[in-house]
Amino acid sequence: MTKEEVLKKVVDILKKYSKSELAPEQITMETTILDDLKVNSARLVDIVLDFEDAFDIQVDDADADKVRTVGDGVELILSKVG
Amino acid sequence: MKTRVVITGLGVIAPNAYGVEAYEKALREGKSGISFQPELKELNFGCQVAGVVQEYESIVRRYFSEEQLLGMNSSIKFACIAATDAWKDAGLEIPGHDVDYVNWDTGAIVGTGIGGMDTIGDKLIPFTNAGKVRRMGSTMVEQVMASGVSAKISGLFALGNQVTTNSSACSTGTEAVIEATNRIRQGFAKRMLAGGAEGISKYIWAGFDAMRVLNRDRNDEPEKASRPMSESAGGFIPGSGSGIIMLESLDSALERKAKIYAEVVGTALNCGGQRMGGSMTAPNPESVRRCIREALKDANIRPTQIDTINGHLTATFADPYEVQNWVDALEVAPKKLPLINSTKSLVGHALGAAGGLEVVACALQLSRGFIHGSVNCEDLHEKIKPCEASVVHKTQEVPGLEYQAKASFGFGDVNSCLILKKWKG
Repeated sequence: MTKEEVLKKVVDILKKYSKSELAPEQITMETTILDDLKVNSARLVDIVLDFEDAFDIQVDDADADKVRTVGDGVELILSKVG
Repeated sequence: MKTRVVITGLGVIAPNAYGVEAYEKALREGKSGISFQPELKELNFGCQVAGVVQEYESIVRRYFSEEQLLGMNSSIKFACIAATDAWKDAGLEIPGHDVDYVNWDTGAIVGTGIGGMDTIGDKLIPFTNAGKVRRMGSTMVEQVMASGVSAKISGLFALGNQVTTNSSACSTGTEAVIEATNRIRQGFAKRMLAGGAEGISKYIWAGFDAMRVLNRDRNDEPEKASRPMSESAGGFIPGSGSGIIMLESLDSALERKAKIYAEVVGTALNCGGQRMGGSMTAPNPESVRRCIREALKDANIRPTQIDTINGHLTATFADPYEVQNWVDALEVAPKKLPLINSTKSLVGHALGAAGGLEVVACALQLSRGFIHGSVNCEDLHEKIKPCEASVVHKTQEVPGLEYQAKASFGFGDVNSCLILKKWKG
């Protein structure tokens, strides 16, 4: 799976949690999940669960805690799907 | 002199109608919201009918974004729909979620009887018992905490005054209106959303079915199942939904030229102490009469000034006692009892939402000059027959309505009574 494919799926997942007006094409690897996408911090848990389901991976809590940007999420997923 | 409090907005989602205009029409036409529930039959419930809000999933999507809908079970959805309608009906703007503004003068007291049992039964317990706590996600607490029905509302409108959930069983919705009224009277708030919400869940209804307090005899004719004041009442029918009103100080309402439905002129809350005939599940008759009399005293009116009563009247054995308590509290001859009806005959008993749904009905009746028919009591209970002339079977136009009494009673032997007055401008 390419980085672009993962990014597209991650952006899709983030949509339902985002309160920002950012259009999907404006979201990049550098976009921050809490500040730019205005995601309620409690929902990071749900986002990681969605990553697990969408990519059939397991993410431990320590790794999940490090996810700040969209790119962090994409890299984490890529490291798991190999 | 007390701060005067008026009703400036209404919101309702009920088993027989969604939206204020549709609700008025349903009340006037005697439209029942009670329907057969196949799942209850499969699960061997004695009572297999319920007052279930129809098509609310499609309704709620017109109100809230996918992000807002995270963590909203049925009771929270109903509360948020009714609160939004009441807010808009009051002519207020909905603030943006990212604007640095808080409405310090406005709060909410929205109660629930049982709370988020759908979330508890469908998710929390199965996931926990399967060892999958990690997979439950972040939205369990906000849906199962008692204050779930009010907590979401504060975020919708940037409320900065008191926001809380009260719970006093079947007295909840009326109690919420009284508590909110008193907060405005005391000068602590200008405006309060108030009412109740109750979700849809077999887990809410099961306990009542186990008590044999639900009607088991009308599963084949749901619309006739909720029979307050009837000789063949047989128990109540569980309901669902939410009724929420905007309460506002008269000064604030006049200043912004708000539409006014009615004035809240009298309130009373008490408890029978589970003595003198009262128990966990039955009201102490003396406490009921005191509650009604205290509300009249607070309103500073004579019993004979009450034009109509919207009773608690659930269709259990307690209806004849309630009617007798009204007769005694108002000190009138039975045939002189004010006109009386039961909104539960149409929507069932929505527990913590009941008072909210009924206060909305009362505000509509007063402001639009009618009393809706109380259906399914053609065979009036023997003990209510002396009051036969007062029971409203079919909707009546009563343009001269001035004062309405509304009472609710709940498990724990708790009582609430409101006196509303038509707003004449």
